[in-house]
Amino acid sequence: MAEKTVPLSGEGKASSSREVTRSRERYIAPPVDIYETNEGLVLMADLPGVAKENLDVRVENDTLTIRGIASHKAPGSPIYREYELANFFRQFELGEKVDQGRISAELKHGVLMLSLPKAQEAKPRRIEVKVS
Amino acid sequence: MAWDPFEDMEALRREIDRAFEEFGFRTEPFSRVAFLPARGPRRYPLINLHEDRDNLYVEALAPGVDPNSLNLTVVRNNLTLSGEKRHAPQEVKPEAYHRSERAAGKFVRTVELPVEVDESRVSAEYQNGLLVITLPKAEKAKPKQISVRVA
Repeated sequence: MAEKTVPLSGEGKASSSREVTRSRERYIAPPVDIYETNEGLVLMADLPGVAKENLDVRVENDTLTIRGIASHKAPGSPIYREYELANFFRQFELGEKVDQGRISAELKHGVLMLSLPKAQEAKPRRIEVKVS
Repeated sequence: MAWDPFEDMEALRREIDRAFEEFGFRTEPFSRVAFLPARGPRRYPLINLHEDRDNLYVEALAPGVDPNSLNLTVVRNNLTLSGEKRHAPQEVKPEAYHRSERAAGKFVRTVELPVEVDESRVSAEYQNGLLVITLPKAEKAKPKQISVRVA
């Protein structure tokens, strides 16, 4: 699974408007683990601060896009800071080996777990060797 | 489409900004160095501290930590957080990994709080990978209003 970044439709042009003095929303690429099982690939991404309704996972033209808006309102006034919550964005190119219709996602404790099942023809098959 | 030099410059500027931001952000809370015993600066998880009149709020950036492994202790004004973050829910053979970028391991961190807190009323909540700990300030640490009498 290769990583790639493609401009999303409706974006790109607006970002170069020079009237904006503050930087637009910041995005960072979340760290991911990708491992393979017999059924397919599993992708896990750390997305702290992203609620389920603010997470957008989509597959379009063989491209998997993960985008999450992190938000958390802490009570009181800040007195010490070590991090800032940032929004997440990352894209991967899916091979034909992934059955794109059966991708499932689960978000738990700030970690996204995506199951990317292998397409039937890509599963390993045992080939009988006949000795004649 | 006509070539717009400003657009290119703007794109380059954003690219450079992002490179620096990622450097700062990713080497700290996410990088695997955070868990290495010798090199880890014992700064996992990263925290933000907030306060209002009655409480301190510690917010820790700790996605994917097993809530059962989380352990909080408070002694006077020292808060100790410990727990374990696992890589994957099941055993995965090392050779099955295509990418392994997420930090994982056991952690312990002690934070010195600016005021003493009431240990018996500390509460914590784990939501979307953020741990929010509410620490009521000790009675004697709260600000007191002193009225001035005019003699």
